[in-house]
Amino acid sequence: MKKIILTASLLILFGLMGLVPAISAQAPTSSELIKYAKQYDSRIITYSGEIIGEVLRQGEFVWLNINDGENALGVWVDAGLVKEVFLAGSYKTRGDRIEITGVFNRACAQHGGELDIHAQSLRKIGSGRIVKEKLNVDKINLSFILLGALLLVWILTLFKHK
Amino acid sequence: MILKPHLEDVKIIGFYLGKIILGLAFTMLAPLLVSLCFGETNPALDFLLGIEISVLLGLLLIKICQTDKDLNWMQGMIVVSLSWVVAMILGAIPLFLSDHWKSFLDACFEAMSGFATTGLVLVQDLDHLSHAHNFWRHFIMFLGGQGIVVIALSFFVRGFSGAFKMYVGEARDEKIMPNVINTSRFIWLVSIVYLVLGTLALGLAGIFNGMKPVSAFFHGACIFMAAFDTGGFSPQSQSILYYHSFVYEIITMIIIVLGAFNFKLHYHLWMGNRKELVKNIETRTFFATVIATFVLVAVGLAQAGVYPAALTLFRKGFYQLISGHTGTGFQTIYAAQFVRDWNPLALSGIIIAMALGGAVCSTTGAIKMLRIGIIFKAFKEDLKRIIMPERAIVIEKFHHIREVFLEDKLVRGALMITLAYIILYGAGALVGMFYGYPFLEALFESTSAAANVGLSCGITNADMPVVLKITYILQMWAGRLEFMSVFTILGFLIARMEGK
Repeated sequence: MKKIILTASLLILFGLMGLVPAISAQAPTSSELIKYAKQYDSRIITYSGEIIGEVLRQGEFVWLNINDGENALGVWVDAGLVKEVFLAGSYKTRGDRIEITGVFNRACAQHGGELDIHAQSLRKIGSGRIVKEKLNVDKINLSFILLGALLLVWILTLFKHK
Repeated sequence: MILKPHLEDVKIIGFYLGKIILGLAFTMLAPLLVSLCFGETNPALDFLLGIEISVLLGLLLIKICQTDKDLNWMQGMIVVSLSWVVAMILGAIPLFLSDHWKSFLDACFEAMSGFATTGLVLVQDLDHLSHAHNFWRHFIMFLGGQGIVVIALSFFVRGFSGAFKMYVGEARDEKIMPNVINTSRFIWLVSIVYLVLGTLALGLAGIFNGMKPVSAFFHGACIFMAAFDTGGFSPQSQSILYYHSFVYEIITMIIIVLGAFNFKLHYHLWMGNRKELVKNIETRTFFATVIATFVLVAVGLAQAGVYPAALTLFRKGFYQLISGHTGTGFQTIYAAQFVRDWNPLALSGIIIAMALGGAVCSTTGAIKMLRIGIIFKAFKEDLKRIIMPERAIVIEKFHHIREVFLEDKLVRGALMITLAYIILYGAGALVGMFYGYPFLEALFESTSAAANVGLSCGITNADMPVVLKITYILQMWAGRLEFMSVFTILGFLIARMEGK
C-alpha cells in the first residue's frame, strides 16, 4: 500500500512539474517572467541584471530598469534600499549589476497594469565601468580613401567643364 | 504594344536620383553633429563614411546622367520608389558600422522601418547604442514621415514641373498650397513647430520623472520624432515602458493623434477654421473606428482577465489601440504579452485598427480614413437606392475641407487601394505561416509591417528567416508609397525586357 501511495505521489509531483516545465523557482530570466507571467504573478522572485538608462527617482521610491541580457524589466524600489549611487549602462558605460528579491506583478495595480517587480531587498553583485572608446583605424583609413575618391570626381568634373 | 524605355529615361531618372541622394547625405550631418556633441568618436566616423559614400554616389549619378530635361509621370514615380530603396541602403551604412546589427540586411530592415515610419526593430543591445546612432534612427523617421522627396522639394529643388509628379509618387496627392514646393515647406513648418513644442513637453515630463535634463530633452526629441511621424522607435529597448510614466503616455498619445491628422486639416486649424475638425469625414471616421475597435479590444481583454481593474484595462488597451490605429507602434506591454496575455478577440481588434490607419496626407500608413469613409458612404448610397423609389435620385456627399459629391471614380479609387492593402496584409501573413507561425500572429506582424505600424507580437527578431525579413521590407516599402510608384517601377522593368 505504501509503495502505491509513494508511486502515486511521485507521479502527481512529476505530473505537476510537467505542467510548468520552464518555471525555475529561484531566479527566472526576464523572458521566463514575461512568458509565464500568470504563473509567477504575486510570487516572490529573485532577478538580476545590469541597470540601464538612468536611475529614475520619484520621491520616496526609485525606478530601476534592469536588463538581464534578454529584456529589461522595471523594478520599483524603496529609496531607502538604494544606499549608493549606481552607475547605469549606456553607450559609454556598463552599468552596475544588481540582484533584487521582490514581488513580481503581471499587471501591477499600483502602476497602471505594468509588468514589474516591487523589490524587497537589493544587493550589488558587480560593479559597472566606463567603456573607453578604441578608435577604429580601418574606418579612418576608409574615410581618407573615400575623400580621395571624392576629390578625384571633383577634379574630373572641372576638366569636363573646361 | 509596350514601348521600351530609352537610355534618356534612365539618364533623367539617374540625374534626379543623384540630387535626392545628395539631399540624404546632407541630412547625415545632423547625427554627425550629435556624435561630436556627446564626444562619440567611432559613431562620428560611421556617419562621416556614410556621408562620403552618399556624396560620391550622388555626384557620380549627377555627372554621368547630366540632363536639363524635366521628369514625366513615369520617371517621377520611378525616382520616388528608387529613392526609398537607395535611402534604405545608404541610411543603413552608419547603422551597420556600429556593430549593433547582426547583418547588413538587418541594418537595411531597420533603415526601411525608420524611413517608412514603421518601427519594427532588429537592433541588438539597444540600451548601449550611441546617442548619434539612436538620433539617426529617430531622425530618419522624421525625414521619412514628411517624405524623402518632400525634403528634396523643400530645400534642394528650385521649382521644376516634375516636382508634383514626385510628390504624388510619395503617396501625397493633396496640395495644401497652390504649388507643391510651398506645400512641402508648409509640411515642414508644421512639423518643426510641433517638434519644438513636443520636445519641450516630453523633456519637462522626463525631468519631472527623474531624468537628467540633457537626457530628458534628448529622449524628448527622439520620442517626439517617432510619435509625430507615427514611427514607433524608442531610444531604449522597453519602448514607452522605460519611462514608467502616465504623463509620458498622455503626451505621446496627443502627439500621435496630431501626427495622424491630415496636414491639410492642420492648415485649416492653423487658419482658425476649427469647425473643420468636427465636420471632416476623416476625423469622424477616425473617431468611429477608434470606438469600434476599442470595443473589440476591451471585450477581449475583459474576457482574458489580464487587467482586473477597469482603469488599468483602459490604460493598457487604449494605448496599444491608438498606437496601432495611428500606425505608431509604441508599446506599454512586452511583445510576447500580446500572444500570452491578450486573447484572439483583443488581438483582432488591434489588427483591424492597424489595417485602417490614419488620415491621408499625414505621416501614417495603411488604408486610411478618407478611403474608409468613402467606402462607407458608397455602401450608404447603395442602401438608399435599394430602399427608395426607383425614380428617386440619390446623391451622397461628404465633407473633406469642402463639400464633395461621391462619384464612382472616387469609390473605385478607394476600393482599389483598399483591396491592394488587404492583399498585401494577406500575402505577408501567408509567408509568415509558411515559416510555421500561427495565423493570427503571422497576420498581426504582416499587417504591422505593411501598414507601417511597428507593433510586434514577437515574430520580428534578428533570428527570423531571411525571406521573412525581405518580405517585411517589401511590405513596408510598398505600404508607405501606396503602390503606385512601386507598380510603375515593375512596369518599367517589364517594358525594359519585353518592350519594342
